[in-house]
Amino acid sequence: MEAYVQQKPGEVLKPPVTSVGVIGWVKSNLFNGWFNSLLTIVTLYFFWKVIPPLVRWAFIDSVWNTTGAVCRGADGACWSIIATNFRFILFGFFPYDQQWRPLIAILILCGLLFYSRDRNHWTKHFGYAWIIGLVVMGFLMRGGLFGLPSVEPTQWGGLPLTLLLSVFGLTIAYPLGVILALGRQSKLPVIKWLCVVYIELIRGVPLISLLFMSSFIFPLFLPEGVNFPSILRALVAIILFTAAYIAEVVRGGLQGMSRGQYEAAESIGLNYYLTMRLIILPQALKIVIPPTVSILISAFKDTSLVVIIALWDLLKTTQSVLSNPEWMGFSREAYIFVAILYFLGCFSMANYSRKLEKELSREN
Amino acid sequence: MVGLLAYYLISNTLTNLERQSVATGFGFLNKESSFEIGESLIPYSAASSYGRALIVGALNTLKVAFIGIVATLILGTIVGVARLSTNWLVSKLASIYIEVMQDIPILLQLFFWYAIFYESLPSPRQALNPITGLFLCNRGVIFAVPQSHPAHKYMLLALIAGLIGAYLFRRWAKRRQDATGKILPVFRVSIGVIIGLPLIVWLAFGAPVKMNVPQLVGFNFLGGLTLSPEFIALLLGLVLYTAAFVAEVVRAGIQSVGKGQREAAMSIALKPYQVLNLVILPQALRVIIPPLTSQMLNLTKNSSLAVAIGFPDFVSVANTTINQTGQSIEGVALIMAVYLFFSLSTSAFMNWYNKKVKLVER
Repeated sequence: MEAYVQQKPGEVLKPPVTSVGVIGWVKSNLFNGWFNSLLTIVTLYFFWKVIPPLVRWAFIDSVWNTTGAVCRGADGACWSIIATNFRFILFGFFPYDQQWRPLIAILILCGLLFYSRDRNHWTKHFGYAWIIGLVVMGFLMRGGLFGLPSVEPTQWGGLPLTLLLSVFGLTIAYPLGVILALGRQSKLPVIKWLCVVYIELIRGVPLISLLFMSSFIFPLFLPEGVNFPSILRALVAIILFTAAYIAEVVRGGLQGMSRGQYEAAESIGLNYYLTMRLIILPQALKIVIPPTVSILISAFKDTSLVVIIALWDLLKTTQSVLSNPEWMGFSREAYIFVAILYFLGCFSMANYSRKLEKELSREN
Repeated sequence: MVGLLAYYLISNTLTNLERQSVATGFGFLNKESSFEIGESLIPYSAASSYGRALIVGALNTLKVAFIGIVATLILGTIVGVARLSTNWLVSKLASIYIEVMQDIPILLQLFFWYAIFYESLPSPRQALNPITGLFLCNRGVIFAVPQSHPAHKYMLLALIAGLIGAYLFRRWAKRRQDATGKILPVFRVSIGVIIGLPLIVWLAFGAPVKMNVPQLVGFNFLGGLTLSPEFIALLLGLVLYTAAFVAEVVRAGIQSVGKGQREAAMSIALKPYQVLNLVILPQALRVIIPPLTSQMLNLTKNSSLAVAIGFPDFVSVANTTINQTGQSIEGVALIMAVYLFFSLSTSAFMNWYNKKVKLVER
């Protein structure tokens, strides 16, 4: 009997050229089945119709650094409105020669935020660095010491105001929200009831009604002669609003804790405060980091609403440029510019939240 | 301590109100408003009372919210399904849409659409006319509507009768299926009844087809139906913005149903529409409905931004009222009460629904 021994390796058949590489990819992702092929063709037709005119409008025919009068003659976008006015849009009525101060404050903020990206950096010392950073930022904005001329808060505007409202709004709202969430779980009926009513009330009404309250009613609460700057009043409204949403998110985290954690903490003799601080909150708050970031994103977006109570945030400075007769009618360009700023902020936060979510799910 | 604080605030408030000589209470609701409202669903003039003005505002809010919710559901579902499409191009396009819309403040989007209408569209004389009977200009969108005819009232009644009939038929068919196991073509019969009854009424009245076409008279259009730029900008902004969130909800809901469910359903030889109707949708909807209602509520709350572009919604009318009467506490309280009513009734519905679809475990 003759044994069959294969002497040379068998011929390796390559997959057909139509199922690998670019052609294969196109075939399996764009043209699998008649319906997908139709969709692809319709989409491509849509691109072909929309993109070339858009590119021509935004780049080829556009003007970048001219006066408003020249802009009116141009076919394309008038980016000059941004180029000419960007310092006013970004910094509002901040004294022109002092505008390096808000710029540095923003850079400090961005630096701190960027360094906070890595959760390994979240130490106590870094927390102090944040506090020092915030104080320095406040000092840079306000001035009045070390030879810096003082700038009234009524002159703050543009991007610094937007960032100030969102950063301070969130850093104060966060502990308040945690307290509210804990209060909602309290065994004392009065506290529990107060917290539930507060949270449900705030979550049921639009932010704008709170802003109205801060601008119309809040002054009535105060004794005669006492007056708060409107920025502070808007900030209070934003804090009250955001705290209710944070409380709901934190409540989700608290409910995710198993009873065993509470019982274990009790059995080693920890009191309520220590149980919360050492056992429950560190775990619960970690679970809810991703939804907290999405609250941060919406708080950032919601600061734009202060335009309705006439604060000079990014949107309001843009509108005031647009009401200048020279630049009237170029709303699209101006709003697109502001939209890009907001988009960059929100998109980087959303991206970060997705990254964190992946990290956290890997750890658990 | 809370009581003391409350006492302090209230006493301050009362002194301040006295100083500004503002009357407290809701008596102002019966006074003459003496301001005009651009669009209204019920008869209103400057001679009407503040109370009526506020009702007009509330109806306008409801109008925007209702149309907005319907449009958002449709667009959001389409984008959500497109996001899961196996077609790479469509799926990418949908995800870009979702990302961009979610990351731009709704207020900015409203300003943008309003500016587009206000600045980019021509005056009524040079109105764009893309299809017959539809005009686009800076006064809004004007389009032809069927000439009013007595038949319409009866058609509406027939439609309601059809809806009730379809509901009753569905219940009966379900009971019959439970008893005998026979499946009736519920979907086809329902559609037939809902569309068929108004159609029969329309034919019985001799099929009136006359249209009320808008005509350019002087500087403006006469006839047809006009949607104001404020209304369209508000609707467009709200729908495009909220649809991005709805799309994410729909995507998560569809993805939450395991692949095995579809395969199991197919393996017991259910037809594709049965797989969708009896297996996939009931499970997906359980996941989708709760976040979906909160998005709908968000849309309603965001409609309050109408005040920024001048659409007379409830907040906008209340704002005017506050400015005219100085009764800010009552005005803001009314705003809050109206929105609280919306959100509490929605959460009551949610609780009912959650109880209804809760898994009955054996």
